[in-house]
Amino acid sequence: MTSPATQRRPRAASPPPPVSDPKAPNPPRHRRVPLRVRLRNNWVMLALMAPGLLFFLFFFYVPMLGNVIAFQDYQPFIGFKDSPLVGLANFQELFADPAFWEAVRNTLAFAALQLIFFFPAPLALALLINSLVSPRIKKFVQSVVYLPHFISWVLVVALFQQVLGGAGLFSNYLRDHGMSALDVMTDPDTFSLLITGQVIWKDIGWGMIIYLAALASVDQSLYESAAVDGAGRWRRMWHVTLPAVRGVTIMLLVLRLGDVLSVGFEQFLLQRDAVGARASEVLDTYIYYHGVVYGDWGVGAAAGLVKGVVGALMIYGANKVAHAFGEHGVYSK
Amino acid sequence: MSSFGFPLRSPRTREERPAWEEPPTKIGSAAKAVVITVTCAVMILPFLTVLSTSLASREEITEAGGFVLFPTDPTLEAYRTILSGGIVSRAVVVSVLITLVGTALSLLTTIALAYGLSKRGVPGSKPILLMVLFTLLFVPGMVPMYVVVKELGLLDSYWSLILPVMINAFNLVVLRAFFMNIPEELYQAARIDGAGDWRILTRIVLPLSKGVVAVVGLFYAVTYWNAFFNAMLYLNDSGKWPIQLVLRTYVVQGKSISGDQLGVSHMPPQQSISMAVVMIALVPILLLFPFLQKYFTKGVLTGAIKG
Repeated sequence: MTSPATQRRPRAASPPPPVSDPKAPNPPRHRRVPLRVRLRNNWVMLALMAPGLLFFLFFFYVPMLGNVIAFQDYQPFIGFKDSPLVGLANFQELFADPAFWEAVRNTLAFAALQLIFFFPAPLALALLINSLVSPRIKKFVQSVVYLPHFISWVLVVALFQQVLGGAGLFSNYLRDHGMSALDVMTDPDTFSLLITGQVIWKDIGWGMIIYLAALASVDQSLYESAAVDGAGRWRRMWHVTLPAVRGVTIMLLVLRLGDVLSVGFEQFLLQRDAVGARASEVLDTYIYYHGVVYGDWGVGAAAGLVKGVVGALMIYGANKVAHAFGEHGVYSK
Repeated sequence: MSSFGFPLRSPRTREERPAWEEPPTKIGSAAKAVVITVTCAVMILPFLTVLSTSLASREEITEAGGFVLFPTDPTLEAYRTILSGGIVSRAVVVSVLITLVGTALSLLTTIALAYGLSKRGVPGSKPILLMVLFTLLFVPGMVPMYVVVKELGLLDSYWSLILPVMINAFNLVVLRAFFMNIPEELYQAARIDGAGDWRILTRIVLPLSKGVVAVVGLFYAVTYWNAFFNAMLYLNDSGKWPIQLVLRTYVVQGKSISGDQLGVSHMPPQQSISMAVVMIALVPILLLFPFLQKYFTKGVLTGAIKG
């Protein structure tokens, strides 16, 4: 550990790193501080970190070990320490279950729909808001579209029911005008569209923030010089605006792909009764109903493990692809 | 309200359009105005419907067949009924307490761990940081999580709604990035003046990071208030339900609330009761929203760029 010249008295712990670059490698060490001394000098820090560390141990790493249930015939009464191991039987049972494959198919279908319809929506809205001249209108629109992100899925579903449900506003209006009522909320055929609509309604504003920030950091003189060179409105958007958000878009796309197996769980759980399991069963609800509700613990844990591993691989793979395109992705190695 | 590019704005409120930019076309401006108006209407209308129906009187609801957009004589009877005791009031109290206690605990532990991880030379901080970052990549899974909560004896206890979600790794990364951005000279100066880690945290780091701590706290508060699935998973006793579960049972699933459950004999119409429940779940979010808006853009971006 070194002490730079700025510091009068060398202190044992906490070598001040160079300020400019927090990621710089440690400067060459002249003097090893023994671990005992470092522990003593940092006891306050270690005490502060203890609760957080315990949290991650108990509610992340212990459950990670608990995934051993996937290879057991888990009996709640004897706990997972003493339940008998059954090897891959749970996985065999899972992969032989047509309901599981249906859940996988539904999950991928919903994820694809969201990728096509929801993913571009915030970018489009950000471009629109960015093109407005009046700052007051910009602010107003932003406030309005941010709000739904902060309400719970229970509330979102309740609101949608009140507006689009069989007894809702829209149906009432249709009935009053002599048409037949329309119940979007319980129709399995249009359920996927309803789900996508809800996601857009709830999160279009939230997704927009990061794009707006990227657009705000574009150097205005680029637009000016493009205009002087004779680029019209659309050419400027194509050559100046869109390159400015390319990095962010790819990063978000990577994240989205990594999350492809988790489409909004609460959203489906809440509407499962209304449209039936066939239309709304996704991986997460499958895990919940099989693992927790019907007490088929082993199979539920196996499904969860499959989902977790595939999800982590997806993030890793998507990042590799992003790096191949010369973008940062989510993390850069 | 007419700043969609039409020349009928008062010159005071408009930001000047740069000289090189072509004037907007009529069609373009009109299209923008329509898209923006429709978007805002779609966002706001459901809230307005619910609010006005919760204020409507029995006669109006019967007449309109369920929904009232403009109550002629607004009444707070539905709110009085559900808040006078019984199942909804209890749920509100539970949710408020969980939100307050949970947010306080979350903030304390997240700040403490982020601060520890922001200082160099703390033994073990590298592996701990890797441990934290790994949690962003993988989810342990619902079944093992349930089993762990059960074996820790937290089922049917309010701690099951707080402890398993106490620290959000993303919030932790945001805070740590902020602490690391505080100029090193400040830490050094404080150390030379004889301040220890604890004093540096309370006198220097926290006063400098009020904003980001506020953002993280608000995020935690919203998460606790909105928590629904964990409560459904870990609480079997309906007497302990937080507001979101009451909302689901009596509004989304459409079970009717009886007078007994509210401890009243005279009941306002079911429709305004359920709308009032929706409003009650919404009000805290609306109260926090202005603060959230003020800060969160910054918070989100710190995380996005530094993460």
